[in-house]
Amino acid sequence: MSIITRNESTGALTDDALPRKKTALDAALNFIRRQPLGTAGLVIMILMFVTAALANVLAPFDPEENDFQAMMQAPSWIHLLGTDQMGRDIFSRLVYGARTALLVGFSAAFAGGLIGLVLGVASAYFGGWFDLVFQRILDVLMAFPLIILALAVVSVFGTGVFNVILAITIPLIPRCGRVVRASALAVREIPYVDAARALGFGHSRIVLRHMVPNVVGPFLILLSAFVGQAILAEASLSYLGLGVQEPVPAWGLMLQGGAEEYATTAPWIAIFPGLAIVMAVLGISLFGDALRDAIDPKLRDR
Amino acid sequence: MYLRTGLWAAGLGLAVAIAAGPANAQTPKKGGTLIYMIAADSPPSFDGHRETTFATVHATAPFYSVLIRVPPDNPSSTTDFVCDLCTEMPKATDGGKTYAFKIRQDVKWHDGSKLTAADVAESWKRIVFPPQGTTSARVSYYAMVDKIEMPDDQTVTFKLKYPTTAFLPALADPFTYIYKKEILEKDPRWYEKNIMGSGPFKFASYDIGQSIKGVRNPDYYHKGQPYLDGIEGIFADKQSVRVEALRGDRAAIEFRGMPPSARDQLVKEAGKDVAVQDSDWNCGNIVSYNHKRKPFDDVRVRRALSLAVDQWGGAPALSKIATVRTVGGIVFPGSPLAATKEELQQMAGYWPDIEKSRAEARRLLKEAGQENLKFELTNRNVDQPYKFVGTWLIGEWKKIGVTVEQKVVPTGPWFQAMRGGTFDVVVDANCQSVVNPVLDTGKYLPKKVYPESYGDYDDPKSIELYNKMTQETDPAKQRAAMRAYEKHTLDTEAHGIVTPYWYRIVMARSYVKGWKISPSHYLNQDLANVWLDK
Repeated sequence: MSIITRNESTGALTDDALPRKKTALDAALNFIRRQPLGTAGLVIMILMFVTAALANVLAPFDPEENDFQAMMQAPSWIHLLGTDQMGRDIFSRLVYGARTALLVGFSAAFAGGLIGLVLGVASAYFGGWFDLVFQRILDVLMAFPLIILALAVVSVFGTGVFNVILAITIPLIPRCGRVVRASALAVREIPYVDAARALGFGHSRIVLRHMVPNVVGPFLILLSAFVGQAILAEASLSYLGLGVQEPVPAWGLMLQGGAEEYATTAPWIAIFPGLAIVMAVLGISLFGDALRDAIDPKLRDR
Repeated sequence: MYLRTGLWAAGLGLAVAIAAGPANAQTPKKGGTLIYMIAADSPPSFDGHRETTFATVHATAPFYSVLIRVPPDNPSSTTDFVCDLCTEMPKATDGGKTYAFKIRQDVKWHDGSKLTAADVAESWKRIVFPPQGTTSARVSYYAMVDKIEMPDDQTVTFKLKYPTTAFLPALADPFTYIYKKEILEKDPRWYEKNIMGSGPFKFASYDIGQSIKGVRNPDYYHKGQPYLDGIEGIFADKQSVRVEALRGDRAAIEFRGMPPSARDQLVKEAGKDVAVQDSDWNCGNIVSYNHKRKPFDDVRVRRALSLAVDQWGGAPALSKIATVRTVGGIVFPGSPLAATKEELQQMAGYWPDIEKSRAEARRLLKEAGQENLKFELTNRNVDQPYKFVGTWLIGEWKKIGVTVEQKVVPTGPWFQAMRGGTFDVVVDANCQSVVNPVLDTGKYLPKKVYPESYGDYDDPKSIELYNKMTQETDPAKQRAAMRAYEKHTLDTEAHGIVTPYWYRIVMARSYVKGWKISPSHYLNQDLANVWLDK
């Protein structure tokens, strides 16, 4: 219960005793206090973004330049994380590799998520035969593990950054569509959707303006998970030689070049890209979990 | 410290000397089964006449005889050939146009019947002049052959259209198995799925994708051989599987070749239990430009791309990580017809001063209006050495301001791209068996006369120079003619770039004796002279 008081000297009413309105800083501090692991994840993600954005400033060497005088050198002050079999600076390649990881991770997650969101909501909204057929298509697509479906897509369309994004986007669509549909089925029964229909709004307006915003909570959580999955899938495809190609710096590709042949003689070639992948996926997963806890009203006050 | 090092070195030298002495004098021991790894999943068929892959040769050569071959005890020679089924190497008559081979009379087929000159003549007729419905992969090698005759029941005669030094090496091709005439006449394709020869081992069994086994042929005509009781080839296309098999002594040898990293790892871990043989390899990667696509129709652009590549600096470094080593021109470096280092250095792409070379490359690109050239390099999805070579080339081109994206595709689409002309620039390969420069260099001819040349250019001058070289029998003149053809191909027209030749590293358990490495993984694979020092 709030108490409004009068200022003795000015006579003006003040609300000092009222609870202070929460600012963004308060929300952030609250998030840090309640979600320390999520905060750590967020820090890792921010670090990744900063590294990717400032790659040309942070990287001491050209990540694609072969230097045969410096092949497979162990970590030193000149090459902080050593060099690979072509004499390229591993630190510089990791820094630029963050760009590839973020580009592929976020592009595939957003593209797959958004398409899945629209299709999932549309499926719930229309129901009937459209829903039935669409869900069976999703069943077929979901029968394949993500990496298998991505491999199939790459083998059809070929390698390269764009095709890798496409290959990861396609398996993410049904995964998002299925989850979003479940939320949208509940939203569909809420009277304002009937009201919108009664007002004569078109299907696209009802779906995009009235239903999609109401399933955005679970969608955001899903999206954060997708980014991690996409980064991992990109690394896996590159490791299998089907992702981005040399000499583009990419973490999975760096692992592929070094893990098999030089694991015992120059282990740093495999260790550091491996660590980068682990840290990135861990960071995004921790942040995603924390975001879910923060958004979910059932978990919020726990 | 120095004293200890010196003593250690002296001791090592003494040990090597002691070990080498008795090894040379060792008498082959009989018995045992050689288990070897075949770096493939399975051969497409057993028919040597039809196939071109080493998977067929490594699986089936021990079961067959050939007419002539490289010397099993000196297979690295690029000029010597010895009889297998013939009694002695013939001297050419009729101005170098006729070769008459006397056939051994003591050879039996594995079914017990006698091998005759008719079998040899029939097999060769089918290789050189394949009847309709059958495939002979090497018909083009024998374009010089006019007729194959059997003047008597002990002789097979080859009559040539023109004298050429290419004939005998072509005749020693390891795929030219001698088949039984009676079987060929009943079913010309019988040998695709069946094995019945006269070689040192008799076929025992084959499990698809698993293994192939043979047992000693007691009637083998090279007396005393084979030394082994049996052979077993295990198929494994994954390199890690083959390395593990050698490390664990589950297999004794892998004949194709391993990368330097695998050699270093095995030598480090297994020490004296493994032995290494290495050799320059008659295989190499070639950069081919699609002349039908701009700007690769412009010789200035092609020359610039050649000039950007530091062959002399790159080869020694690449040899530490990839199966390449020796810088060469269009001729295998071990051949008498090959260019010397000084001769190579006169051509674009081999200049000794790389900075001068790259300055000229930049000038040419500017002149051609291609200072910001960008293109796609199509490459095969095979690590060794394709992807290493591709990545190296991209780095070299970047140094003259050219931006290249590497497009790596599986073997099928790689061939499709080359044959269909759907590439800008491609990392192609030229892999031959017997070192036969006259035929091997046909790869650099225009597509209309050599279908496996993928640059898709028309160049009458190239054909003229090649024909002159092919039909020249005087060694000095032929060498000069080869230089002219080479300079025209790599320098004047810059049709392609020959990257450093592959380097073959064969690992074996140290008890495997008798087998010697050759410049080709197709050669010397009948295993008759292999024995186990156990």
